[in-house]
Amino acid sequence: MDLYLPILGLAVLGAGFAVVTIVTSALVGPKRYNRAKLDSYECGIEPTPQPAGGGRFPVKYYITAMMFIVFDIEIVFLFPWAVAFDSMGIFALVEMVLFIATVFLAYAYVWRRGGLEWD
Amino acid sequence: MIVQALGVRTVDDLSEFGTDPWWLSLIKAVLIFVFLLLLTLFNIWFERRVVARMQHRAGPNKNGPFGLLQSLADAMKLMLKEDIMVKAADRLLYVLAPVISVIMAFLAFAVIPFGPVVDVPFTDRQTPLQLTDLPVGVLFVIAVASVGIYGIVLGGWASGSTYSLLGGMRSTAQVISYEVAMSLALVAVFLYAGSLSTSEIVNAQQRLWYALILLPSFIIFWVSMVGETNRAPFDMPEAEGELVAGYFTEYSSMKFAMFFLAEYINMVTVSAVATTLFLGGWRAPWPLSLWDGANAGYWPVLWFLAKVMMFMFVFVWLRGTLPRVRYDQFMALGWKVLIPVALLWTVAVATIRAMTLDGGLDRRVLVGGALVAVLLFLLLSIVGERAPKEEPEAEEQPFDPFAGGYPVPPMPGQRLPRPEPAGVVPGGAQPDQEDDTARRSATEEGD
Amino acid sequence: MSVVGLLFLLMGAMAVGSALLVVTTARLVHSALWLVVTLGALAGCYLLLGAEFVAWVQILIYVGAVVVLLLFALMLTRAPTGVQTGLTTGNRVVAAATAGVVGLVLVTVVVAGFGGARVSVDEESVGSATSMGDAIFRHWVLPFEVLSVLLLAALVGAIVLSRGRASSGEETP
Repeated sequence: MDLYLPILGLAVLGAGFAVVTIVTSALVGPKRYNRAKLDSYECGIEPTPQPAGGGRFPVKYYITAMMFIVFDIEIVFLFPWAVAFDSMGIFALVEMVLFIATVFLAYAYVWRRGGLEWD
Repeated sequence: MIVQALGVRTVDDLSEFGTDPWWLSLIKAVLIFVFLLLLTLFNIWFERRVVARMQHRAGPNKNGPFGLLQSLADAMKLMLKEDIMVKAADRLLYVLAPVISVIMAFLAFAVIPFGPVVDVPFTDRQTPLQLTDLPVGVLFVIAVASVGIYGIVLGGWASGSTYSLLGGMRSTAQVISYEVAMSLALVAVFLYAGSLSTSEIVNAQQRLWYALILLPSFIIFWVSMVGETNRAPFDMPEAEGELVAGYFTEYSSMKFAMFFLAEYINMVTVSAVATTLFLGGWRAPWPLSLWDGANAGYWPVLWFLAKVMMFMFVFVWLRGTLPRVRYDQFMALGWKVLIPVALLWTVAVATIRAMTLDGGLDRRVLVGGALVAVLLFLLLSIVGERAPKEEPEAEEQPFDPFAGGYPVPPMPGQRLPRPEPAGVVPGGAQPDQEDDTARRSATEEGD
Repeated sequence: MSVVGLLFLLMGAMAVGSALLVVTTARLVHSALWLVVTLGALAGCYLLLGAEFVAWVQILIYVGAVVVLLLFALMLTRAPTGVQTGLTTGNRVVAAATAGVVGLVLVTVVVAGFGGARVSVDEESVGSATSMGDAIFRHWVLPFEVLSVLLLAALVGAIVLSRGRASSGEETP
């Protein structure tokens, strides 16, 4: 645990810095109320009301996040595999190639079905 | 040379870490903190000056020597600006988002090695020039970076504005996509280093930098680190023509400054990671490394900084040179090129390593094979290169400036009709302007 | 009790407390963030138990990827910034009872499976990446390979759900 205490210290420093500067600027800065200033930015016109229940986002974002999870999981297996590779040799290589090939199949399917297109 | 680089290493030895007394750790943490703040101020100035030079301008040169204090002045000015909390915002998360961004930006630097073990001045202690190191150091950096995404996605959402939300979504999708390519590029390094700890990886590069033996990894990492930090030419989240300023559209004053700070620290962080993993970290580059003292004492900090600044210069150079790419092109580059190439390269490296470890393959065969592959590739690229297809000469078509009911620009083959001079008197270029000035002064009097 | 034990209790309490907040908060995005706290506290527990690699993987995968996916899903449907009362279920008692039973089953399984197992936390290398790699690629090969099929199924499912009609007609962007 000794290795983590300095990290905690740095985090506290960073958090302290962020909070102190934000609070200081809130205290030091001017406060001039203006109704239009507190509206969302919309090039100076009245902000368009957000559609209730509608106005959805492209589902591509969802697919991207899904792909990200899958590849992230692959990566967290690749890391210990790479580190322990020297002591295992060919056997580990075959295992990993099988794994990558299966995930690659999914990747190819997503590509084929247009999941990677951002037109 | 490769022989030594491939040598089998021992287990992680992190005994140098975690032994510092609390005051030394505190000093180191404060030093890193101050270093990052100062470097950010410097980098903002550096970027503006270098881009200005590239555009034949002078850049900021008024405040302080060479204008060095310009970014400090900017920060002070931001500090004195009104802190706006927009009406539609989710108040808690709106404040939390920039704080998360900045903390995570600072944290990643905890495991970056600045130099070897040195003597602490005024004491008889010895300490490594690195805040701490973990057996899973690089994983820690990646994990912290992935938590940093929350600053972006929450900042975009909590502002309650359409532009912010769109910018935040875009930026998040971009960062997570390139994080994959980035992490995949690192696997080959771990294969060679046999460790995830940053100091061990630097030690493993004593003979040969990984940038040389793992060049494809290095290139993939470099490209994806530009995408990861939302920098030009991959700065679509901040494409002002489409999204105003992206996820920080609604931010002002110090909260905006925090996002700004986080962006610049992140640039330094990825540069430092690239330096550590591919360019030998704090080790002196070749001609300097012949001098024995180059890798001892406090000198390595200088080499480390020089390498980091080299990456920073390339960041600025890219910004000064390349136009912004389209979002779909960017995502296609990440998902269709970088990731599959990184995966294939990883498998290739592992295959080569497994074969050399087994001793079943002579290194000379390997080098020969690589040479043959390169030659084949060159041959194919020469043979396969066809004469560029002539672009078909578009036939001259009449130009309809209102085709389909909208004003349209001329297509290839169409020519703009010669503009008819409207109200311009040949030889008399001034009247318009005079007219204008007269009108403006008239309105001013009217007020 | 040692410092580590105390911290472990603290982290555990944090995980349980924020998990309760996940299901009671009326704001959708806030409850996603309480989930982040829960998962982070769990990572802290792993860290205190010496499972260093697993702890950071927990942060990377669950905090950095899974909850981001959740947030994306929330924002896909434009989660508003205000309080949503309509989404809270009326069957609090039944929900609590179900959660309690599920928890009991899980605890029983874990205790029955690993009740007698002892791992020395002080040993440095027990949770390192190398020992993880050794364990996965020597002893747990089959689950590892099966996992790739699971990932395949997950991606195919995501595509089929989101692009179900993509092949027949053009989809809206």
